[in-house]
Amino acid sequence: MVRGSSARGGLRLEAHKERSTRDPIGMAAAPSTAVLPLDQHAGGAAVPIVAVGDTVAIGQPIAEPAADTSAWLHAPISGRIVAIEPRASVTRACAPALSIVIDNDGREMRHSSARAIEDFLSLEPRELREHIGRGGIVGLGGAAFPSLAKLERGAQASAPTLLINGAECEPYISCDAMLMRERPHDVVHGARILMHALQAQECVIALEDDAPRAADALRAAIAQTENGRIRVQVVPTIYPSGGERQLIASVFGREVPFDGLPPDIDILCHNVGTAAATARWVRDGEPLVSRIVTITGDGVARACNLEVRLGTPISQLIAECGGYTPRVERLLMGGTMMGMALSTDEVAVVKATNCIVAASALDLEPRRREMPCIRCGNCAEVCPAFLLPQQLHVYARATDLDGLERYGLMDCIECGCCDYVCPSQIPLVERFREAKPRLATHLLARDNARAARLRFEERTARLQRLEAEQRQRLEEKRRQARRKDA
Amino acid sequence: MRFPTAAPPHVVVPQTVSKVMRIVIYALLPTIAVHVVFFGPGLLIQSILAIATALATEALALHLRKKSLQQYLTDGTAIVTALLLALCLPPLAPWWLVVSGTAFAILVAKHAFGGVGMNVFNPAMVGYAVLLVSFPAQLLTWLPPDVPELRTEQLSFLQTATTILTGQLPDAFTWDAITSPTPLDALRTNLAMGMTMQEAHASPIFGGFGGRGWEWINLATLIGGIALLALRIIRWQIPVAMLGSLAVCASIMYAIDPGAYAGPVFHLTSGASMLGAFFIATDPVSAATSDRGRLIYASGIGVLTYTIRTWGGYPDGVAFAVLLMNLAVPLIDRYTVPRIYGHAKRP
Repeated sequence: MVRGSSARGGLRLEAHKERSTRDPIGMAAAPSTAVLPLDQHAGGAAVPIVAVGDTVAIGQPIAEPAADTSAWLHAPISGRIVAIEPRASVTRACAPALSIVIDNDGREMRHSSARAIEDFLSLEPRELREHIGRGGIVGLGGAAFPSLAKLERGAQASAPTLLINGAECEPYISCDAMLMRERPHDVVHGARILMHALQAQECVIALEDDAPRAADALRAAIAQTENGRIRVQVVPTIYPSGGERQLIASVFGREVPFDGLPPDIDILCHNVGTAAATARWVRDGEPLVSRIVTITGDGVARACNLEVRLGTPISQLIAECGGYTPRVERLLMGGTMMGMALSTDEVAVVKATNCIVAASALDLEPRRREMPCIRCGNCAEVCPAFLLPQQLHVYARATDLDGLERYGLMDCIECGCCDYVCPSQIPLVERFREAKPRLATHLLARDNARAARLRFEERTARLQRLEAEQRQRLEEKRRQARRKDA
Repeated sequence: MRFPTAAPPHVVVPQTVSKVMRIVIYALLPTIAVHVVFFGPGLLIQSILAIATALATEALALHLRKKSLQQYLTDGTAIVTALLLALCLPPLAPWWLVVSGTAFAILVAKHAFGGVGMNVFNPAMVGYAVLLVSFPAQLLTWLPPDVPELRTEQLSFLQTATTILTGQLPDAFTWDAITSPTPLDALRTNLAMGMTMQEAHASPIFGGFGGRGWEWINLATLIGGIALLALRIIRWQIPVAMLGSLAVCASIMYAIDPGAYAGPVFHLTSGASMLGAFFIATDPVSAATSDRGRLIYASGIGVLTYTIRTWGGYPDGVAFAVLLMNLAVPLIDRYTVPRIYGHAKRP
C-alpha cells in the first residue's frame, strides 16, 4: 500500500463505478420548483438580491457574496421567486437552511447580460479572476470552496503550478470520470483559463489509473490545443488519493505544510468539474447553474450520470432513474467512505452534490458490535496523514486534549480508512469528529491566554521602562540642581 | 421518502477480534502437532485444562465486572492466552500448575488491568513468570524428545492424564527415568560445570542445529508465524527485530568464543524463540504500537532473551524479556510517534 515517499497509507477499494458509467451523461428534467440554499458553498452564506414575487431568468444572479469567502448564486430555471425561507437542506444534514425557492414557468428564458469571452488572454489575470468569481464558481469536488478566494490566495504564489484534480477516489462516484471522458475540451479549456488567471507556468491534470478512457480523451484534447504546458498524470487508484494533500504528495512528492495551504508550496489545486464550469462560464457565458451528478447504488433502478440543475429535489432524480428498488436502505450524498447519510430525499441538489447513492445491503457493510481497541495498528498502516488513530482513540476517550494535539487530531482528514480496517469495529472518525471542536476551543483559549500573557508582560515591561526613564530624568535634574547650588 | 442515517464510512471490513484470534489459534496448530509428536499427549491435556480454566475465570471476571458474557467470552482472547501458556509448560506438569497459572493470567494480568485491550503485560507470560518463580522445579522438569537414541518407555494418553491429574507416575515409571532437562537448560548446566561447547553438545538431546525435537517445534512455529504474516494478522517488524537481535547477540558472543557460547542457529531454534517472536511479542495490546516502536520493542526482547539465557538465572528468557519490554512500551510509544503529514518534525 506504499506509494512513494510522501504518499502513504490508503486503501484499495472496490470502485463500484461500472454501473453508472455505461450510458453517456444524460440531461435531468428541469425541476418544477428549485430550492437553493444560500449556504451551499464554504464561507459566508450568500445574500439574496431578489425579492419574493420577482421573475428571474436562467443564469440571472439571485444572491451575492456576503464576505471575502463567499459566492454568487444564479437562477437555474426561469420563473418566479415564491419564497425566501428556511428549507430542509443537505448543507445542514437535512435541517432547514435559508433558501431561495423558484417556481418554474417552463419557458426556459435565459438571462441576457452574461458575456461570452472568446479570448480570455485579453483579460488581465486579476480581471479574469474576478470574472470567474461572478460566475458563482466553487470547488465541485465536494467542499464547494469559493474559487475566487482560492484563486486570489493562489495568485500570491510565485509561478504556481496548477493541479487539476480528476482523481475520483471514492467508490461509486463517477461524475468526474464521465466529464473527462465526454467533455475533455471543457476541462482543458478551463485549465487554460485558470492558468492565465493564476499566471501558472504549468498544469498537471491528475487522475487515477482506473480511468484510462478519461486519460486518453484528455490527452487528445490537450494535443489539439498545442499547449505544451499542460500534461496528464496518472496516479495509482488508492483511496483517498483524490484528497488535495494526498494528490499533491503523490503527483509532486511534496507535502503541504500542516498549518498552510497548497499555494505555500506554489501549487493550486482545482477539481476537473470546477475547471469545466469555469470554461462554460468564461467561454459560453453560462454561470454555475447545473452540475453532473452520479445516481447509483443497488437501491435505485437505473444508475447513470445526469446533468442536473441546482435546486432539483433528489426525489425527482431518483424518479428519473426508475425509482427505488425494494432493497433500498440508506440514501447517501457522496460516496460510501465519506458520504453523508440523508434522512430524506426531499432535499435539493447543491453545488457540492457529486453523487447520490441509494444504498442497499449490498452496498453497505455495517459495523458489528464495538470491541475494545487491541492496538493492532491496522489503522496507522492505512492512515494517509501518517497518524496513529489507535492512540488518538485513547486520548479522545479520556478527553486528553494535550494528547490529542500531540498526536495530530487536527491533521485528521476524516477519510475513514482507519474506521474501515478496524477489527474492533470502532467508529473512529465519528469519535474524532466529536473531539475536534473540543480541541479547537482548547487551542483557541490557550492561544488567547498566551496572547493575553504576552500583552501583560509587554505592558509591565513598558511601565517599568517608563518608570526607569522618569527616575533617570529626575536624577538628572537633581544633579543639575546640585551643580547649580555648588 | 425518509431514511435512517448513520455516520460515515458506510462500509467497513467484516473483520472482528474473534476472527483474528481464531486465525492465531489455527496458526498455533502446527506447533502443537509437532510438540505432541516429540513430547507425547501431555500438551493436549494441558491445553484442555488451560482453556477450561481460562474460560471459567474469564466468565467469572466478566460477571464481576458486569460485562456482556456473550460479547467478550467469545472473542477468543482467553483461549489464545491459555494455549500460549500451555505451550510453555512441561507436558507432565501437575494440573494445579496450569490451572493456577492460567487463572492468574486471566484474573490478574488481564481483568485487573481492565480486560481485553487494556492489559499492560502479556497475560500468558505473566502466568508463566509467576509459575516459574514460584515453582521452578516443576517447570524445569521436561521430558526427553521421543527420538530413537533417547526413547524411553512412553506413557499412554490415559497414563499421561492420570499423571497430570494425580501428580503420580504409573507404577512402572520413575521421574528420574523419564525426565530430562531442556537443551537450553542442559547447555547452561554443562557449561557451568566447565564443559566446552563440543562436550556439552555431545549429549543426544542436541540435534543438527538446535535441541532434538525443539528445532522442529520451532520450525513448525515459524511456519505458523509466516502464515500470520501472510494473512497480515501480524507485521514483520516484531518477529524480524526480535529474532534479528537475538541472532546478532549470539553471533557476536559466538565469534568471540565459540567454545563457551552457542551459535545463533541454536538460539533461534531453541526454547520459545519462534513462539516468542511470532505469537507472544506480537500480542498487539502489550506491544509498542508504531512501526519504529515495534522495532525497538522487539530488539529489546531479543537482547534481553539472549542475556537472560546466557548470564541470567533461568534457562529461557523469553517470558521475562517480553515482560520487561512490556514495561517499556509506554516510554517507547512516547518517543516513536511517527512524523505526521505536513509536519517537518516528529511530535
